[in-house]
Amino acid sequence: MAESENGQRGAAILLRGARVIDPARAMDGPGAVVISDGRILACGLASGFGADALLGPDVTRALGRLAAEGRPAREVDLPAGWVVAPGFVDLHAHLREPGFEAKETIQTGSRAAARGGFTTICAMPNTHPVIDSRATVEFVQRAATEADAHVRVIAAISKGEQGAELSEMGELAEAGVVAFSDDGRPVSSGKVMRHALEYAAPLGLPIVEHCQDEELVGAGVMHEGAAATRLGLKGWPAAGEVVMLARDLELVRATGARYHVAHLSVAGAVELVRAAKRDGQPVTAEVTPHHLLLTDDWVAGERTGPLAEALAALTGEPLPDGPRYDANAKVNPPLRTAADCAALLAGLLDGTIDAIATDHAPHTQVDKDGEFGEAAFGITGFETALAALLALVHTGKLPLATLVAALTVRPAHAWGLDAGTLEPGAPADLVIFDPEEQWTVDPARFASLGKNTPLAGLRLRGRVRQTWLAGRKVYDAGETAGE
Amino acid sequence: MTTTLHRGLAPAETADALPRRRDLIDLDGWTPDELQALVNRAAYLREALAEPTRRFDALRGLLVVTLFYENSTRTRVSFELAARRMGADVASVAAASSSVTKGESLRDTVETLQALGANILVVRSSQSGAPDVIARHIRGAVVNAGDGWRGHPTQALLDLFTMQRHLGALAGRRIVILGDILHSRVARSNLWSLTAMGAEVVLCAPPTLMAPDIAAAYTTRPIPGTGERRRVIVEPRIEAALEGADVVMALRLQRERQQAGLLPSLREYTRRYGLTTERLALANPGALVLHPGPMNEGVEIDPAVAHGAASHVEEQVSNGVATRMAALEMIGRALAVEAR
Repeated sequence: MAESENGQRGAAILLRGARVIDPARAMDGPGAVVISDGRILACGLASGFGADALLGPDVTRALGRLAAEGRPAREVDLPAGWVVAPGFVDLHAHLREPGFEAKETIQTGSRAAARGGFTTICAMPNTHPVIDSRATVEFVQRAATEADAHVRVIAAISKGEQGAELSEMGELAEAGVVAFSDDGRPVSSGKVMRHALEYAAPLGLPIVEHCQDEELVGAGVMHEGAAATRLGLKGWPAAGEVVMLARDLELVRATGARYHVAHLSVAGAVELVRAAKRDGQPVTAEVTPHHLLLTDDWVAGERTGPLAEALAALTGEPLPDGPRYDANAKVNPPLRTAADCAALLAGLLDGTIDAIATDHAPHTQVDKDGEFGEAAFGITGFETALAALLALVHTGKLPLATLVAALTVRPAHAWGLDAGTLEPGAPADLVIFDPEEQWTVDPARFASLGKNTPLAGLRLRGRVRQTWLAGRKVYDAGETAGE
Repeated sequence: MTTTLHRGLAPAETADALPRRRDLIDLDGWTPDELQALVNRAAYLREALAEPTRRFDALRGLLVVTLFYENSTRTRVSFELAARRMGADVASVAAASSSVTKGESLRDTVETLQALGANILVVRSSQSGAPDVIARHIRGAVVNAGDGWRGHPTQALLDLFTMQRHLGALAGRRIVILGDILHSRVARSNLWSLTAMGAEVVLCAPPTLMAPDIAAAYTTRPIPGTGERRRVIVEPRIEAALEGADVVMALRLQRERQQAGLLPSLREYTRRYGLTTERLALANPGALVLHPGPMNEGVEIDPAVAHGAASHVEEQVSNGVATRMAALEMIGRALAVEAR
């Protein structure tokens, strides 16, 4: 680590000139941030008058203190169009290690996270072996000590994610896991789910469910509807998600345990979450960028839905068709309809949905280049998330501050993570992005080993410029080789 | 071009009018004129084949490989015969019963066949979209001989040919497809071609065997070339469906459908959806009965209908060779243009 670059003791850093957005404190405007000792020392908006007009009183005071201590802050001037925000918090990522290191490792995954502006990422336990014991949790934690993001561990609900016997949740909680999930598969047994909720309740950690009635979903490979019918692919009905969520919400009501819905994908499920929250149930929910932005038509190479509309508006012409039977658009739960996208966005706007989570699911090329029905489910998400989501901001459908909140304070708050704010004393985890810069998605240049994205070749608007982790710059677009 | 079968055209003209297409994956993008041109060529070839020694050479010097991941002797033989009569060299890979199993990827297999000199790959697969994936990996041409539930374009073309031989233009005709629509690639390809030719297609099946949103799936896709709306009706009541039909195409019912819980019993299916003489009487006089084969006589179709005067099932098979010759000729010509 180059000390002068780092915000270590003796090298405080002042980031100024850009727009500062910290939804945790309803802060949004031109401002400045001071980093010291890996933490936020001060953060404030320009006050508009007086000697501290450009920096605001809090920052001006902090700079004065630093000067008095004989270690003046190094100043970094940022373009006025750029945004400084808390580092993004991802409640749902697959880092694949241990066991599937050809798809991704904790190192490559966290580097990809840094490039996407994510500083806290929660790793799902469907590895090999499954993360269902203290030993596997500690393996991941150890492997993550040198990573470019804070890696938090989600442990399995059931041993081996088999859906039968509960994992040793008490010991796993002591080991520092942040939630429990059998993600990738639902907890099919109502009895097991009930006991998981009961047992986890006093531990204070959420149970995260991949809501899916496996019998209804069967061997489905995409959303059930007109596109699947045209393509001759087995569909999976929206009801498969809603049915399982309805069962779980009844069990939440009975147990009072914290419950989090992974990757909501259908309008009916959003409505159930909305009703549960209205009813005061301890329920939180997330949505992925791809479910907000893409439709089942993408499997047929037909680009419809919010992202396609936004990019068409940007260039003035419709997007060219993609490949038919695009395995990179194969994901679980599947891409749904434009009406579902709209319902998910409405849920995000009214707070029904707490967080945007990537469900970053890297795979090898071999996993994806055969027949559609045989291909693996999943989309690589970290490195395109922000730029894709900004399409909703650019088209006026989503305020930028709401987007930032759904990537920072809202997920942090949902799970009680020490992240997602620029409050003084908080870890100096930051993202700096240019909402306007255009770039073309080239998976070959991803840091992630997973090149599986349906967005390859598309020109997106908005780009992460820098990512800072505990006061250390872990990504700088201006320094990346070849750019 | 009018969209009905023309006879008496000069042979060179029917060949020159063939669509400029180098793959045959499905019929969704085909205009009425393209469909008609292919059928016209098939009609010419059918007449010419009456002379048993007659040979054509549009595929001379080309290697056609049939790669069948599902067993289908009739379709494979039909393609091989068509390819030979067009002057091609033919090799066949029975992938379903050979070493080509799950361990060997589709990509690896087709790249190997290409390295062995295959110019045209005729593929049958249980996986919808397999021909699209293959087309991304090889330079040669791809012909879909049936993929999953998605498409079977040469079957739909030979069905169109058979219907036109007896009915002339299909515009305004009512064509009923009866049976397991959900799992049927034949129904799906026929929907593209028949609606493009102006027919009204009525789909009749128990709701558990009907593909979700199928009417909207097709009617929201305008006919290429004309921009007109396709006409598709879903009618689960068989009597209402058959009323006034000009063609009834019965589909094979696989026994697994009952085991999968989609049907109470084969017996009830036959009682409610079997094509019998009495039910056929609801159709227009002279209505054609078609079936893509192989038939389960006594299940989806009564033997008296299967072998009755209205049945054109055998003719479908013989028209299949001429149709596939025309399709392969179309591709051979496109490859020759590419080579120039």
